[in-house]
Amino acid sequence: MNDVLVGIILATLGAGTPLVFAALGELITEKSGVLNLGVEGMMLVGAVCGFAVAADTGSLWLGVVTAMTAGAFMALLFGVLTLTFQANQVAAGLALTIFGVGLSAYIGLEYTSVALTGLQAVHIPLLSSMPLIGPTIFSLDPLMYLSFVLLAAISYFLYRSKAGLLLRAIGESPRSAHSIGYPVIRIRYLAVLFGGGMAGLGGAYLALVYTPLWVEGMTAGRGWISLALVVFATWRPARVILGAYLFGGVTILQLHVQGLGIDLPAQLLSSLPYIATIVVLVLISRDINTIRLNSPASIGKTFHPGA
Amino acid sequence: MMTTNRMFLIAFTVSLLAACGQKDAAEPDASDAGDASRLKVGFVYVTPISDAGWTHQHDLGRLQMEETLGDQVETKYIESVPEGAEAERVIRQFAADGFDLVFTTSFGYMNPTMKVAEMFPDTTFEHATGYKSAANVGTYVARFYEGRYLSGIVAGKMTKSNVAGYVAAFPIPEVLRGINAFTLGMRSVNPDAEVKVIWTNSWFDPGREREAADVLITQGADIVTHHTDSTAAVQAAEEKGVYAIGYHSDMSRYGETAHLTAVTHHWGDFYTRRAQEVLDGSWSSQNVWGGIKEGMIRLAPLNDAVPADVAALVAEKEAAIRSGDLHPFSGPISNQDGEELVAPGTTMSDEDLQKMEWYVEGVQGKLPR
Repeated sequence: MNDVLVGIILATLGAGTPLVFAALGELITEKSGVLNLGVEGMMLVGAVCGFAVAADTGSLWLGVVTAMTAGAFMALLFGVLTLTFQANQVAAGLALTIFGVGLSAYIGLEYTSVALTGLQAVHIPLLSSMPLIGPTIFSLDPLMYLSFVLLAAISYFLYRSKAGLLLRAIGESPRSAHSIGYPVIRIRYLAVLFGGGMAGLGGAYLALVYTPLWVEGMTAGRGWISLALVVFATWRPARVILGAYLFGGVTILQLHVQGLGIDLPAQLLSSLPYIATIVVLVLISRDINTIRLNSPASIGKTFHPGA
Repeated sequence: MMTTNRMFLIAFTVSLLAACGQKDAAEPDASDAGDASRLKVGFVYVTPISDAGWTHQHDLGRLQMEETLGDQVETKYIESVPEGAEAERVIRQFAADGFDLVFTTSFGYMNPTMKVAEMFPDTTFEHATGYKSAANVGTYVARFYEGRYLSGIVAGKMTKSNVAGYVAAFPIPEVLRGINAFTLGMRSVNPDAEVKVIWTNSWFDPGREREAADVLITQGADIVTHHTDSTAAVQAAEEKGVYAIGYHSDMSRYGETAHLTAVTHHWGDFYTRRAQEVLDGSWSSQNVWGGIKEGMIRLAPLNDAVPADVAALVAEKEAAIRSGDLHPFSGPISNQDGEELVAPGTTMSDEDLQKMEWYVEGVQGKLPR
């Protein structure tokens, strides 16, 4: 039984981690007032570039760094369009996803046949031999540890640092921030690039750890789920994480239920992760004041510093 | 200023779409070097060709046909064609471009194929896995279940936990035939064996397939097989140190120690024969359902871990299926409730096989409806 429980917890963390990365990145982007719908495209390009570099050089870590760079590069395209040329963010984000799907397929042509050994779990000495919490907390893969660190860092940044306050201020009222001399566009660029890097990292997790392979369209909608998580979690990092693991956990549980032969329609079970995540996040965030307080007021609106 | 930006965005988006569209145009296009005497053969693929899987096997068939018939044919393919309206456009384009024979290789191309075939009565169409035909539309599909039965024998002999895991896409007759044949094969050599099934409700989602395989292994399966399009289940087995049986293509490179064998599809002989018939003018609409005997289904080379006596048994059963002495769905066969659905000495008809909507004894869990 213990083995099954450990299996469920590990699988939940694994299923949730790519969503954690992509959603936290998008959270920062949106907090600055920019809505980037290109997460799916950035994840795919990150996944394929990371996989290609890891396959060619044999270095998984170089692959991870490349994935983040590639994701950030995609975000840079988006930034140039929406921040410098002030194009419509929704249209540009959708274009970025379409572009990312095609570009990743093209880059990945040579790599669909490659098999790779993914990043292995790190067993922390002594602690990892404890029952239950040993295998589920102290022997995870390094990117999972990184996701915990990033959650802490992002929460601290947003709510405890001056820079985070500035980012939120720009998301609330870019005009005010601009009028007291803050470089709104430059800071939004940084937020957009960070979001792209994190989406790339989410892609890298899929291609280098979770299912160490590259196939066209392998993210299978996880970018869109990350986007939805940010909204349903009312732009709070801890709730984003909760949503991601909840989604992962229900996905895994419904598979276990099927494996145990419990008589429920598989189609209903497959839709459970979506329903459960939305219901829980909507319930804990149903206070209209919290939503108003946390949603960036200027989201999706272009800002013209000169006007 | 705003107008310029809008223009820029529109130009950018249009160029993106154009770049996406060019992928089709960039395919090897033999038709440019058109030669009226040659048979022009078109292929419509539902996914990228990639290196393993359903479409990969169809493309191997196309290449074999090209090699065998040489100068008599020229081929062209379009990959990643979504099922539905887009498919109809692609199929019509083939017909309008003067292609003589078009293979449409996915179930969802059935209605588009029928529609275009009506408009182009002089073009010959072959649709894979469908059930509608016409004077110029033939259908073809393989008896995948024959290979499943043989791979089940391997699984039954190699399992220690007596539990096999099956990652399956959708509960349709084709998939159920595979699950049932695999279970029957397994239990023919190991009466205690059981098969656990997890439905992913998607033909292609490597992440979900991986999760399903992990769950099956956690729940005690020491052999995993799949009826989905990626190699994720085989890779999961390799990582967890259990065995796997691939599908569509030989997937041994994705799990050198785990991969026992795979049920592989081979369309080359069929494609060559049908193209030859169109060349000779002897083609007629048929519903082809070929199996091991016709060379459409084979097992990939067995892993070295499979003992010689098991390999000999599999070879013997394969020969028996080829000669017609053995049919995987010969009675007695009971359903999960122990009700005997196929009496001893009888064999299920093709019609019944095509409508299969139940689990045989030995499959765990209830069939989703």
